[in-house]
Amino acid sequence: MRVRYIYYRYLTRLFYHYPLQGRKVRSLAIFSKKNYYDLFFSFLTAVASLTVIIFIIGILIVLVKESSFAIGKFGLINFLTSTAWNPVTGIFGAATTIYGTFVTTALALIFAIPTAIGIAVFVTEIAPNILKGPIGIAIELLAAIPSIIYGMWGLFTLAPIMSKYVEPALQNTIGKLPFVGILFKGTPLGIDLLTASVILGIMIIPFTASIARDSFNLTPAVVKESAYAIGATQWEVVKNVVLPYSKLGVFGGAALSLGRALGETMAVAFVLGNNHKIATSLLDAASTITVSLANEFTEADSDLYLSSLYYLALVLFVMSFIILAISKFFLLKAERKYSR
Amino acid sequence: MKKIAALVLSAVLAVVTGAFAADMLNGAGATFPYPVYSAWANEYHKVTGMKLNYQSIGSGGGIKQITERTVDFGASDAPLKPEVLAQKNLLQFPAVIGGVVPVVNVPGIKAGELKLDSEAVCKIYMGEIKNWNDPKIKGLNPKVNLPNGEITVVHRSDGSGTTAIFTDYLSDVCPAWKDKVGTGTSVSWPAGIGGKGNEGVANYVQQTANSIGYVEFAYAKQNNLAHTVIKNHAGTFVEPSFESFEDAAATANFDPKKDFYLWLNDAPGKKSWPIAGATFILLAKEKKESNMKVVKFYDWAFKNGDSKAKELTYVPLPQSLKQKVEGYWKSNGIQ
Repeated sequence: MRVRYIYYRYLTRLFYHYPLQGRKVRSLAIFSKKNYYDLFFSFLTAVASLTVIIFIIGILIVLVKESSFAIGKFGLINFLTSTAWNPVTGIFGAATTIYGTFVTTALALIFAIPTAIGIAVFVTEIAPNILKGPIGIAIELLAAIPSIIYGMWGLFTLAPIMSKYVEPALQNTIGKLPFVGILFKGTPLGIDLLTASVILGIMIIPFTASIARDSFNLTPAVVKESAYAIGATQWEVVKNVVLPYSKLGVFGGAALSLGRALGETMAVAFVLGNNHKIATSLLDAASTITVSLANEFTEADSDLYLSSLYYLALVLFVMSFIILAISKFFLLKAERKYSR
Repeated sequence: MKKIAALVLSAVLAVVTGAFAADMLNGAGATFPYPVYSAWANEYHKVTGMKLNYQSIGSGGGIKQITERTVDFGASDAPLKPEVLAQKNLLQFPAVIGGVVPVVNVPGIKAGELKLDSEAVCKIYMGEIKNWNDPKIKGLNPKVNLPNGEITVVHRSDGSGTTAIFTDYLSDVCPAWKDKVGTGTSVSWPAGIGGKGNEGVANYVQQTANSIGYVEFAYAKQNNLAHTVIKNHAGTFVEPSFESFEDAAATANFDPKKDFYLWLNDAPGKKSWPIAGATFILLAKEKKESNMKVVKFYDWAFKNGDSKAKELTYVPLPQSLKQKVEGYWKSNGIQ
């Protein structure tokens, strides 16, 4: 309950803005306080929120400073488009890791979002009351598992299952089709983009599911009951009443999951192989930005190598920022349309 | 109540002052020798009361910390060149030996059955030999029934001293490797998949039929992986063992004048295991006082720590090399 509540608060803070006018009034109110206790309290909260901004700026400064050597050496466009990653000759590029980050994240979202919406619909609309509690707790427990445990489980349990059963089966079915077949070429070893994406997908299901469930619960009971009263089926109610009412929340949950998936490290570090290349097959080893950092940081022995790793981190920082900004932009736009 | 408070207070004070009074050495660096250093430190503390705090932050970090003089000693799996040491004003000596062992998982082949030479290992890792029934491997193993199976090459995905030793070996014995790949804690691999850590590589090799990987000696031994027998510089096929590692360290030309700068690969001895490396300690030249304390610890470890090291599957330095290191300490005035 508590975890879910926190997610929801986080979401509303991130994505739902109070009307602009109201905010203006409130911010003026801070300074017109006569009561010293109140003034002190306002000051304290302001300092608390400022620390966040200071931390972000501080991290950005450190990343830029540490990566300046690599920035000077490789430039921006060259670094982003180069597929080279050779610590021995000292030539580094980010294209392969950016590619890996996007592919794993996109696949994970494809696995996770339908499942999460299914869970949320079941829990809010279909499940009998006895089942609602246990399923809710199970989802929250899934969110509480540390990512290193997903990583170990992925390496020792999921990877062998994928390589022995799932991947050969995929190769023998979808892999035989034209065009799509290219995605399933190669020897199925279980250490690849597909396995990593499945683990990521499982990890982000609870985020999306919790928020979707809360959004579904916000649908006014009166509206739902009216729909049932005029003879709508369960499917029609979900499709025409619940989903339209809560699509913002679902979208917000997906955006949060996206942020989580982009930055996830340990769960994928074990099953992705840290191979710096652009793999066209999902059954091929690859690398993401975080996986490269986790794998190579401790033993990066030259200044340029270390600086390039910082540069990768900077790229991820900016990338996450842009992606979250875009999702927020769409949310705001949708909200405006919706509230009218 | 007051009495209890006073007791607690005095106890806390005793602990705090005790901790400050006791001597403390700070070191940081390579992860590979961490278990043996901490085991030695534990015993040394019991004997002398001197505490040793070693942080396994990786070789790169160790070099950085000692260069900035934030620790009493640094540790690195790869030796630094004498000119780099001179520039950073550092001293360097080996502390313990680590061996790297190629391990395989080929159906029907038991530990120690498969013989390989440097050319075969190089070509497998270059992706040029793709199948276990390749004529090159068959030629080396006429009596072994090699299956028709595509080779899966496993390497480390994380940066590591193990990889540095292994790639340096390949660069030493195989010109094509030197040209195309080179030596490093992580390299751009021409073939294969990456496992995270020794445990990752060991796990992939165990799970994947027809695979080959390389792990530290300790992992090969503890996980009962099927090790290979490798042809060394002198032309004999050797088994990985304490004796063959020690032989490599004893016959290799560690030169105190060059601050022991040497990779232990492809050692000339008849019984030498060809893929090994020492892990090194770095000291700040001008800090004589703390250096003497560090040296005292390693001197104690050289004299009393061999059995503990072997228990943890590390290879202690051979006697002849220990004497060279002691000479190096004396000539630098820190013993």
